[in-house]
Amino acid sequence: MEGMSTIVKKVSQLVAGLIFMYGIYIILHGHLTPGGGFAGGAIVAGAFILLILAFGSSALNLKKEVAGSSNTESVAILLVVILALMSLFLGAKVFFGNFLPKGEAGTLLSAGVIPLYNIFIGIEVAGAILTIFLALVIFKEESSK
Amino acid sequence: MIVYLLCFVLFLVGLYGVITRRNLIKIAISLSIMEFSIFLILVLIGYIDQGLAPIVNTNSGPEIYVDPLPQAMVLTAIVIGLATTAMLMAIAIRLYRKYKTFDIREIKNLRG
Amino acid sequence: MDALIPLFVAFPLISAFLMVIFGKLVKGFHRFLAPITLLALLLLAVYEFTSLGGTSQAYAMGGWTGKEGSPLGIFLVLDGFSVIMLCIINLIGLVALFYSLSYMAKYTAEANYYSLFCLIVAGMNGVVLSGDLFNLFVFLEVSVISSYALVAFGVGKTELEASFKYQVLGGLASMLILLAIGLIYWQCKTVNMAEVRAAFDGSYSKAFYVFVQVLLISGFGLKAAIIPFHAWLPDAHSSAPSPISAMLSGVLIKAVGIYVLIRLFFNMFVFTHEIGVVIAALGAISMVLGSLLAINQWDVKRLLAYSSISQIGYIVMAFGMGIILLLRGNNEAAAVLAIGGGIYHMINHAVFKGLLFLNAGSLEFRLNTRNLKEMGGLSKSMPLTSTTSFMASMSISGIPPFNGFFSKLVIIIAAINGRFYLLAALAVLVSIITLGYFLKFQRFAFFNKAEKAVEKIREVPFPMATSMVFLAILCVALSLLAIPSVSETVLRPAIDVLIQPELYSTTLIGI
Repeated sequence: MEGMSTIVKKVSQLVAGLIFMYGIYIILHGHLTPGGGFAGGAIVAGAFILLILAFGSSALNLKKEVAGSSNTESVAILLVVILALMSLFLGAKVFFGNFLPKGEAGTLLSAGVIPLYNIFIGIEVAGAILTIFLALVIFKEESSK
Repeated sequence: MIVYLLCFVLFLVGLYGVITRRNLIKIAISLSIMEFSIFLILVLIGYIDQGLAPIVNTNSGPEIYVDPLPQAMVLTAIVIGLATTAMLMAIAIRLYRKYKTFDIREIKNLRG
Repeated sequence: MDALIPLFVAFPLISAFLMVIFGKLVKGFHRFLAPITLLALLLLAVYEFTSLGGTSQAYAMGGWTGKEGSPLGIFLVLDGFSVIMLCIINLIGLVALFYSLSYMAKYTAEANYYSLFCLIVAGMNGVVLSGDLFNLFVFLEVSVISSYALVAFGVGKTELEASFKYQVLGGLASMLILLAIGLIYWQCKTVNMAEVRAAFDGSYSKAFYVFVQVLLISGFGLKAAIIPFHAWLPDAHSSAPSPISAMLSGVLIKAVGIYVLIRLFFNMFVFTHEIGVVIAALGAISMVLGSLLAINQWDVKRLLAYSSISQIGYIVMAFGMGIILLLRGNNEAAAVLAIGGGIYHMINHAVFKGLLFLNAGSLEFRLNTRNLKEMGGLSKSMPLTSTTSFMASMSISGIPPFNGFFSKLVIIIAAINGRFYLLAALAVLVSIITLGYFLKFQRFAFFNKAEKAVEKIREVPFPMATSMVFLAILCVALSLLAIPSVSETVLRPAIDVLIQPELYSTTLIGI
C-alpha cells in the first residue's frame, strides 16, 4: 500500500501527536470525566492508524510492528489480571478489590486502583485495534503479491 | 415511547439486511447496525426526566443524574461488538481469497 | 474455600496470554503450559465439588456485598448445579487438550490454538459461575468469539464458510440476548439474577414478561441448537478440528445454551404452564428431527453433529417435563426424576459425544477422509479406536450397562410417571433410530470389507489413544451414578437448587 500526497503526510505528522496526547488525557482522567480505558485506547490507536494510512505500509517493517503491538497488548492484559489477583492478598482480600489509598474525590490521584486499571486497559485496547489493523494490512499485502 | 419504537425500527432494518443482502461485507455491516440499535435502546432506558449527565461535581450539592449503569454496560458491549465485527471481516477477507467473490450465493460448498 | 472461585476464570486468562507472549520465544512452551493449566482447573473443580457438599457460596467481586449500604455488586455463585457443570467443562477440556497435543501437530499456528482453547475454557467457566446477567453476557461472548476463531482454524474453504455462517447466527443470538437484558433492566432496575426474581414477584405486565421470555428462548436456543435454530450446527461441528468439535458439541452448547436457559427459567423467572409446554415441545421436536436427519448422512462428523441435536432434545424435553410437573404440584417425585434425568444425560452426553468426535478425529487423522463410504475394515488395524467407538455408540443408543441406558431410562420413567405417554413413546422410538444410525457408523467404518488398501493404517499416537481410553472408561464408570445412594450425593444438590428458587435468592444474596 503506498502513501498519500505530501500535504497529507505533513499534516498527519503534525496532528498525530496531538491525537495521541488527547487519547492519553482521556485515559488518565477516566475516573473524573467520561471516557476511561476503552475510549481512550481507541483514540490512541487512531493516532497510529492515521500515520500508517498517510505514509503507506511500505514504509514499515510490518512483521516487527505487528509483533510489537501484539506483545504490548498481551503484557497489558496480564498486568490487569495480575493486579486483580494482587488484591486477593493486599487490602480487603477480595478479587478486584480496591487496595490503594483513595485520595480526596475530584483530584487526579484518587480512587485507589481505578486509574491503574484505566491505563492498562487503554494500552490493551490500543494494542488490540492496532494489531487487527496491521493483520488486515499484512493479509492484503500477501494476497496482492 | 416513540424513540424506543424508532430504535426497534433500526433493529428491524439491520435484521432485514442480514437476511436479504448477498454481499458478505453488507451482511457484516447489517449485523453492526443491529448491535448499535440495541446500544441505543440500552442508553435510552437509563434516561430520567430532567437528569444531568452523571459526572459528579464535588462543589455542588446533590442533583438528579441519569442512570449511569446502562452507559457502563454499553461501553463494554461496544468493545464486544468491535471484536465480533473484526472476526467477521477477517473471515470475509479469507473467503474472498479462496472463492474470488464476496457473493454468498457462490459460497455453497456445504450442503445437506 | 471462597477465594478460589475467581481462579476458575483468572487462571486460563493468564495462561492464554502468557502463551501468546512466550510462544514465539520458547519453542514448545504452549504444549507444556496448557495441559498444566487445565489439570490445575480440573483439580480445583473436583476439590470444590467435594468440599461443597450441598451448600452454596456466593463470592462478591470487589467486596461489594450489598450490606452496609453499598449497592449490590457483581457476584460469582457456586452451587450444586454450577459445580457439576464446572467439573464437566474442565474434564472434557483437559481430555480434548491432551488429544490435540498430537492432532494439531500438523497445523502451522499451533500456539494460537492453545491460547484460544484456554480462552474458551475461561469463558465457559465464567458463564457457569456468574450471578448476574450482564457478566454472563460478557463471558458468553468471550467463549463464543474464541470458538468462531477455532472453527475456522484450518483455513480451508469449508471451514471458513462454516465459521461465517456460525458467526452470523451467533451474532444474531447475542443481539437478542442483549435486547432481553436491556428490557429486564428497564422493568426491574437491576441485572442481578436474585434481585430480578424478587422484582418479578411483584406486579408486572404479562405481555412484556412473555416477550422477554420468547427473546431469551430464541437467543439461547440459537446457542444451544434446538430446532428450529439448528442451522449452523452441522456445518460448524463437522468442519472444526476434531478436538474442537468435541469441545463444541460436548460442552459449549451445554454451558452457554442449556445451562443458562435452565438457570434463568428455574431460578430467575416464575414458571408458567405455557413456557413448560413450549420447552418440552421444542425438546421433543429436536429429538425426533435430529435423529431423522442423521440417518442419511455419509460424512462421519455431520452424522455425529445431527445426533447432538437429537440428544440435546432429550435434555431440553426432560427439563420441560420437570417444569410442567412442578407446576402441577402433586407429583414432586416425578419432577425430581425428570430434572435429575436431564442433568444426568447432560453429563453422559458430554462424555460419550466427546469420545465419538475424538474417534472421528482419529479416523480422519489416519485416513484423511470423513466419508463413510471410503472407510472399512478398520477393526483389526485400529483396535483401540474401534473398541472405544463401539462402547460410545452403545452408550449413546442406550444399551446397558453403559451410562446412556441409565439416563435415558430415568427420563422415560419420569415421562411415564408424569403421564406424558406420547413423549415416552417418542423417546423410545428415537433411541431405536439412534441405535440404527450408529450401527451404520460402526459397520461402514470398522466392520465392513475394506474398499481401498487399509493394511498400512496403524493405531493413533499415544496422547490421542490415552484420551479416548480415558473417556471410554468414564462411559462405563458413569453408569454408577444411577445407583440411588451415589446420585443422592452427586445430583441431589443440583436438583434442589433448581427446584427451590428461594435458595438462590434469599440464602445466597440475602434478599
